[in-house]
Amino acid sequence: METKTIQKKQTTTTTMSGSEALIHCLLAEGADLIYGYPGGAIMPFYDQLHIHQDKIQHVLTRHEQGATHAAQGFARATGKVGVAVATSGPGATNLITGIADAQIDSTPMVCITGQVGSHLLGSDAFQETDIIGISTPVTKWNHQITSAKEIPEVLAKAFYIARSGRPGPVLIDITKDAQFEEFEFAYAKCEHIRSYTPVPEVQEDQLKAAAEAINAAKKPMIVWGQGVILGKAEEEFKAFVEKSGIPAAWTILGVSAIPTSHPLNVGMVGMHGNYGPNVLTNDCDVLIAIGMRFDDRVTGNLETYAKQATVIHFEIDPAEVSKNVKADIPVLGNSKDTLRRILPLIEKKEHTAWHQRFKDHYAIEFDKVIKNDIHPTKEGLTMGEVIELINKKTKGDAIIVSDVGQHQMIACRYANFNTSKSNITSGGLGTMGFALPAAIGAKMGAPDREVVAIIGDGGYQMTIQELGTIFQTEAAVKIVVLNNEFLGMVRQWQQLFFDKRYASTEMKNPNFCKIAEAYDIEAQKVTDRSDLEDAIERMIASKNSFFLEVMVEKEDNVFPMIPTGASVSDIRLE
Amino acid sequence: MSEQIKTYTVSIYTENNIGLLNRISAIFQRRKINIESLSASESEIDDVFKFTLVVNITEHQMEKIKGQIERQVEVIKAFYHTDEETIFTESGLFKIKSDLLFEEPQIQNIIKESHARIVTVNKDFFVLEKSGRRSEIELVHRELKPFGIMQFTRSGRIAVTKTEMPISTLLEQIQKEQEAAFAKA
Repeated sequence: METKTIQKKQTTTTTMSGSEALIHCLLAEGADLIYGYPGGAIMPFYDQLHIHQDKIQHVLTRHEQGATHAAQGFARATGKVGVAVATSGPGATNLITGIADAQIDSTPMVCITGQVGSHLLGSDAFQETDIIGISTPVTKWNHQITSAKEIPEVLAKAFYIARSGRPGPVLIDITKDAQFEEFEFAYAKCEHIRSYTPVPEVQEDQLKAAAEAINAAKKPMIVWGQGVILGKAEEEFKAFVEKSGIPAAWTILGVSAIPTSHPLNVGMVGMHGNYGPNVLTNDCDVLIAIGMRFDDRVTGNLETYAKQATVIHFEIDPAEVSKNVKADIPVLGNSKDTLRRILPLIEKKEHTAWHQRFKDHYAIEFDKVIKNDIHPTKEGLTMGEVIELINKKTKGDAIIVSDVGQHQMIACRYANFNTSKSNITSGGLGTMGFALPAAIGAKMGAPDREVVAIIGDGGYQMTIQELGTIFQTEAAVKIVVLNNEFLGMVRQWQQLFFDKRYASTEMKNPNFCKIAEAYDIEAQKVTDRSDLEDAIERMIASKNSFFLEVMVEKEDNVFPMIPTGASVSDIRLE
Repeated sequence: MSEQIKTYTVSIYTENNIGLLNRISAIFQRRKINIESLSASESEIDDVFKFTLVVNITEHQMEKIKGQIERQVEVIKAFYHTDEETIFTESGLFKIKSDLLFEEPQIQNIIKESHARIVTVNKDFFVLEKSGRRSEIELVHRELKPFGIMQFTRSGRIAVTKTEMPISTLLEQIQKEQEAAFAKA
């Protein structure tokens, strides 16, 4: 380790093996619940997990990908660092999808992989793979340990990097000999790395410039993202929104930072977001982006995105500023600090007429889309009415974990949230198979909360093996599969843009209830509207895991929709 | 910002860690940008490593990539400069049969006119070294080629900037902060 770090002084040492030291490092970082899958190169560590099972709980997932998503779900529900463990070779490569997901969604995660003995490195040994090389582009940091004495410093650094600044995944690869090796152990938390500035210093002139623009604005609009949640800035954000009186819209990772019922919440931006905030993005005079990164699914065509507006960007990561949308006024720093410090500089306003524009647009969207989604009059069941009934039965207090596709957009559009960290979904990477394992992690992280996984019939089958994890751990996850017997979002695009050539999107599905029952999970299938409410009530009332399959209309589409390459203001309602 | 493609010399000050080169090159690779030349060395500061690389891209791309490079945990600071803003050089080595030195008087003229330097001579071959701009090395290469070059290699660009690079000041500041943090710990 050449990197200059600062650690608290630690004088007492104990002789122990590298693998036992790993346990002590995890416990020192508060990681007493971890997910993983054993194998040859990580066996010394698993041996220590067995010995220390009274202090640290290891959850055996049924696939290493499941371990990463469970760790992500845990991290997203708790704000803590999630931990996933795997062996070398295929164990390690199976982590990659979850790591890439955590990287793009800024989720704090530490992955520990076993590696072949250091004398075998580079020899194409059994289950050897260059996981450092493979994981480099999708990790915030990674490091290979070949000597036990490196373990305390590297693990301290790993946790510090994963959780500080803009969070992200870190991978630590540890050779088998380093796990066996005895050394003098002492642990000290990492507090500083010379080459790393996790949070840029807040600049007073940026705050002043932003406040001036906000105070002068006639039609300002806020778009907030996950940065509010990651920065633990929910209170500061609420105060900012309420004092400024500015309509506030969210990205799918930002929702739940303030309650969805908040009067200043005007809905979701992006490809399947709400009509008003999308259209009015191209009408506002000041666009205040907070902890979001102008993903292409949010902006549509950049050439026509908010060109008329002065863009203020509150952001922790300097590399995000002006990456996609030029920030006229960047405000660098942690959202908690910047929002707290700008509050006294802004004037109290209401923007009543401007709000009315959002309400008018909502009325149009309600009439053309929402009404039919959540209170359908047609025979077939809709995804929207299922979400609406879940809202009713959970009163908006549940953590909703969604997978990827049509059901995800519907869940994010219609789910009600009262508290922060309640919407867990794969945003940036769009990882099908995310929801089931992520829901397990979320439930374990927040055992007192209701956790409902909303999954499509396609994504469900990508990680369906994690029912085994539920079976073994008895995690009381509620699973709702919205079954349209299609890979629905791809089918929607095939319908709209490929003349209905439904190439490989129709699914012949198994009896999902039987599969759930095989894992001793109570299951129910609903095909008729008259059974839906009771079924959801039964599911929510259950103290255990519950599987609910709802057969929904096969060829429903998600609207509104901004077709790829179109402008946000050209959003289609039908 | 200009959309015109220019040659940029990128100077990256880093910790000396295995794998960091991979991390930096991945930033270019995923944007399908070719690294024209690359060199790695110690820098003017103890314990600080320096990568110098050359790319042909727009300033807009360059600015974003600089941000992505600086995001890496072990990168201290990155700078980019145009050719006009830097003093830079590359070095070429030519291995040539020794007989030719005596049989082909033209070779001696090439050596003289190009200000190339003979690094070593033995009975089988001699090695010629030419430092300078890429075009100067290429000229020597073209002139020697008809006589037969046994081996040729050219280094990556090394460069210093005409204006001051505030890296020393920055590191001093980091050092002070670090000492203060140590004192607290």
